[in-house]
Amino acid sequence: MENKTPSTSGNGSWTPRIVAFFCNWCTYTAADLAGVSRMKYASNTRTIRLMCSGRVDPQFILEAYAKGADGVLIGGCHPNDCHYAEGNYKMLRRFELLQRMLRDLGIAEARFRLEWISAAEGEKVKSVINDMVQKLTVLGPLDLPGRFADWDQELAHAAGSAPVETEVAHV
Amino acid sequence: MSKPKVAFYWCASCGGCEETVVDLAEDILAVVEKVDIVLWPVALDFKYKDIEAMADQSIFATLLNGAIRSSEQESMARLLRRKSRHLIAYGSCACTGGIPGLANQFPREQILKFNYEDAPTVVNEHKTRPQLVFEEDGRHPHLPELHQVVRSLDQVVEVDYYIPGCPPTPKLTQAAVAALLDGRLPPKGSVLAPDIALCEECPRRDSKPVNVAFTAFKRTHQQLLDPQLCLLAQGVVCMGPATRQGCGAQCLSGNMPCTGCFGGTDRVKDQGAKILSSLCANLEAKEAKEIDAVLEGIPDPVGTFYRYGLAKSLLRRKVDLPGNNGK
Amino acid sequence: MYTPKKHEPVRIGFYICHCGTNIAAMVDVQAVAKYVATLPNVVVSRDYKYMCSDPGQEMIVQDIIENRLNRIVVAACSPLLHEHTFREATRRGGLNPFFFQMVNVREHDSWVHTNRQEATRKAMALARAAIQRVPLHKPLEVKKVSINPNVLVVGGGIAGIHAALVLANAGKQVYLVERDPTIGGHMAKFDKTFPTLDCAMCVLSPKMAAAGSHPNITLWSYSEVVKVDGYVGNFKVTVRRKPRYVLEDLCTGCQECVEACIYKEPKFRDEFNLGLGKRKPIFLPFPQAIPSVALIDPETCIELKTGKCKKTCVEACGDRKAIDFKQKEELREITVGTIIVATGFQIFDAKRTPYYGYGIYPNVYNALEVERLVNASGPTGGEIVLRNGQVPKKVAIIHCVGSRDENTNRWCSRVCCLYSLKLAHLIREHTEAEIYNFYIDIRTPGKGMEEFYCRIAEEGINLIRGRVADVYPDPSDGATGRLIVQAEDTMLDCIMKVPVDMVVLSVGLEPHPDSEKIRRLFNMSCSSEGWFLERHPKLAPVSTFTDGIFLAGCCQGPKDIPDSVAQAGAAAAEAFSLIDKGNIEQEPNTAYVVEVECSGCKSCIPLCPYSAISLLPDKKKAYINEALCKGCGTCVAACPSGSIVQNLFEDAEIFNEIEGLLAPTSV
Repeated sequence: MENKTPSTSGNGSWTPRIVAFFCNWCTYTAADLAGVSRMKYASNTRTIRLMCSGRVDPQFILEAYAKGADGVLIGGCHPNDCHYAEGNYKMLRRFELLQRMLRDLGIAEARFRLEWISAAEGEKVKSVINDMVQKLTVLGPLDLPGRFADWDQELAHAAGSAPVETEVAHV
Repeated sequence: MSKPKVAFYWCASCGGCEETVVDLAEDILAVVEKVDIVLWPVALDFKYKDIEAMADQSIFATLLNGAIRSSEQESMARLLRRKSRHLIAYGSCACTGGIPGLANQFPREQILKFNYEDAPTVVNEHKTRPQLVFEEDGRHPHLPELHQVVRSLDQVVEVDYYIPGCPPTPKLTQAAVAALLDGRLPPKGSVLAPDIALCEECPRRDSKPVNVAFTAFKRTHQQLLDPQLCLLAQGVVCMGPATRQGCGAQCLSGNMPCTGCFGGTDRVKDQGAKILSSLCANLEAKEAKEIDAVLEGIPDPVGTFYRYGLAKSLLRRKVDLPGNNGK
Repeated sequence: MYTPKKHEPVRIGFYICHCGTNIAAMVDVQAVAKYVATLPNVVVSRDYKYMCSDPGQEMIVQDIIENRLNRIVVAACSPLLHEHTFREATRRGGLNPFFFQMVNVREHDSWVHTNRQEATRKAMALARAAIQRVPLHKPLEVKKVSINPNVLVVGGGIAGIHAALVLANAGKQVYLVERDPTIGGHMAKFDKTFPTLDCAMCVLSPKMAAAGSHPNITLWSYSEVVKVDGYVGNFKVTVRRKPRYVLEDLCTGCQECVEACIYKEPKFRDEFNLGLGKRKPIFLPFPQAIPSVALIDPETCIELKTGKCKKTCVEACGDRKAIDFKQKEELREITVGTIIVATGFQIFDAKRTPYYGYGIYPNVYNALEVERLVNASGPTGGEIVLRNGQVPKKVAIIHCVGSRDENTNRWCSRVCCLYSLKLAHLIREHTEAEIYNFYIDIRTPGKGMEEFYCRIAEEGINLIRGRVADVYPDPSDGATGRLIVQAEDTMLDCIMKVPVDMVVLSVGLEPHPDSEKIRRLFNMSCSSEGWFLERHPKLAPVSTFTDGIFLAGCCQGPKDIPDSVAQAGAAAAEAFSLIDKGNIEQEPNTAYVVEVECSGCKSCIPLCPYSAISLLPDKKKAYINEALCKGCGTCVAACPSGSIVQNLFEDAEIFNEIEGLLAPTSV
């Protein structure tokens, strides 16, 4: 059971899990609006509420992947509209470099997404999530915990015997 | 009373950490006087069976440098863990994977192929590769297997203390050894260097303006560096703000930026992510295109931000590289 | 209040709400409660029909007391709705209200998904995240900052005057600081105002007089704000009072000094009349100026320049002794709790569109100059007379000069179509000239404005839809100064070349050239065009991102007089609301620098839009002013050594949340 990729779908087959970081003032509110409007969309996201997209530390993004997320979605206010004036610009700048760096580390671009969603754009929450889920379903699981476990298989489980050695006569 | 036993061992390393011990110069005598060096491959011959024969925990302290990337290194790490009371990760490679850790960006096969076939100075007509076991004249020598993944020491065995640096400074080493010998040890798992970033001890700190507002990044070979001015203010990536101090800002005194060899502070899980966060937040540009143009000045973020720490970073390795496929 | 000790074991009470069937229809709430009961530190795990109801909240209170709970998690609707409710319930149970975490399983789960098993699994993951986060919560206190009742209004135009009067009438001490020697702003220069064509001065003058004589208003004209320190509730403002060389307290405004000045005739450029008229070195800006005090221009007064004048003005002033050539500028410091910025606008400088001939041909005027010509107290006594003395028979009015134009300003200045129609009417009334209005669109929004447009259009002015391409001297005309206005009539699809005697440029509104300097003084943001930025265009149009600083009038964006006055009233009301409450409560999600950990790298300092972070000069470490911090967390994410902590959103709390979200669930 430990090595199986955690699934989210009812019948046990794998669907992607996305960790979403939404800013309180715009995107989280938009997601609430989508709820109030009873829009229906894929159930694959798990949201963490932050005050501003500027609070998103790149460490959070990497930790999300390392703990098993197949995708990370960040939602913030449109440029010029940040509730705290410029937090979203900081996120954008981090995103541009992180995206390239994640690609260099073998994480496909579709797995990391930054969207500007204002408080009135409930519809956009739905379409972005549906789109991301679709793309990740095609890509397949990232399952870093599974990969780490697989990589660590190469470690011997002998608790500390010396390397194998037989005396070789010197020539 | 017999002198405490001390061991030095090296794994995937360059020998620089051994140099530090030698660099203690006259002070080395003081060390040598107080302890009984039972293992030091660079200086003294030994056999595996000698170590096996020691009682468990009979070595007071082992300073192990170098990353773990072969089966032999893994076995020795485990063996020395058993035989030592205190196992200390000495130097950036043992602490966080070090420069060898950058091999985690490539498949093992690519590395072997380059080294044994494709490198410009290699002559290897038959494309011979090292074998794990081979037979010759009725003898069966064994060679260690190169792991797929480079690891820090604590990704293999439990580590008691960390002395960071590439290499650690003589001063830091002395202080650590003295503390060990005197029994003045901080809690297990501590890094034996101050838990505050380099800027605090950097002589250039006052010259750094409050608002750096990066409009471009330059690399050290692209311009003459002002020896007084903060390097970030000159558009050069300096890892100082994200790197633990304790080295005396030596690189800065040599007019080069800090490259992060002491690793991040205790509060940080991923040093590379943090410096990325700080540098990017301080860019001037606001449009994606302009931002990208500025960031072109950092052509290799993995190599720049994780120069010594890729193996211990949150992602550890380029994630789509081969593993063991559930073997 | 019960505060658990640091090493006391964590005891969590978990509640999942059915919300009738809103949640329970899609999420198996019992299964979630059962699952959460298996998680570490959870002592109580219940599901209940309506958590936000009185019995629901009471259940939390009782459970805290009976089970010695020290953390509460409620899975229900959005925290934006009921976080406060449940924090209060937590508080009533005797716990610090911030030991509470809310999970959104309605707006983000049951209402938006269709598969029951998936929705339940998601609710479990979200609940687990909260269960892992909440043990790290710390006891926090809501901050209260007290508010000084005094108010500073910067700018004495119609908006500033109105805001000052509203607050003064409510009994508050108001400092009204105006840069010019008189209040009144641009409105004082207008003749008649649209749509009713009532006289601007008749409307404005009583308000100016009231502001000048109100016991609660300290009017500092000819003064500028030079420094603003402090924060909401406690601003320390330094104002520079420039020397008039006439003592305000002693001058009666009789103007005998002006009469007696050594210059028999006015010779110098009259700023109020935009250079169309002349004044003497000692002057009153205009007859109804408030304060009604003369001032001396040091650039043109012989005494101030050479020290060798007969000083006939002093002689005329006699016993009142109001003239003081030795007066110096003064710096005054005041403390106020709130500030209203009403610094207005400037008109577009038509020299930037040289193809319209402004500053090149003498018969090209901008609209404000025409206001002065039309005005009975203007330099021509209300006669529309060109610079060569002639009365124009044909006048062109060009709309959108410096507005809706990619080459100059992109925005629409909101008032120009209306004032262009007004000027068309007034010019026609004064001269019976033939008027041609060249426009792109006629924009006349607002109450009574459409009716105004119809009225003016029916008066027989020529409305031509087409941008004017060029204005040039009539080649057939010799030296009368006649001009040709060339434009395409886009309705008739032909190029027109209309010979006119006078061209009026309807210039747009722009931010002041020193608006950058002004906004930095008050720590305000501005839009990409340079107008001061409101906190939210719909929900907070008069406040700024800096608590305690409000906006009124055109400095926030072009608008007409009714809207300026309305906005000024709104700003005054919001300021009053703060003052009346006496204090402002702030959510305790502020960040703080752990001093021993900070390396003084300064990476954080420029990142704060509220300038809350400063460098302590002696310790050389960063310091966050809690009163200014708004809790965005940007500096926390940026600190490269992890030395800044944000209350309620600590790194460790979020890492735990991430882990909890992704941990395997039982289903």
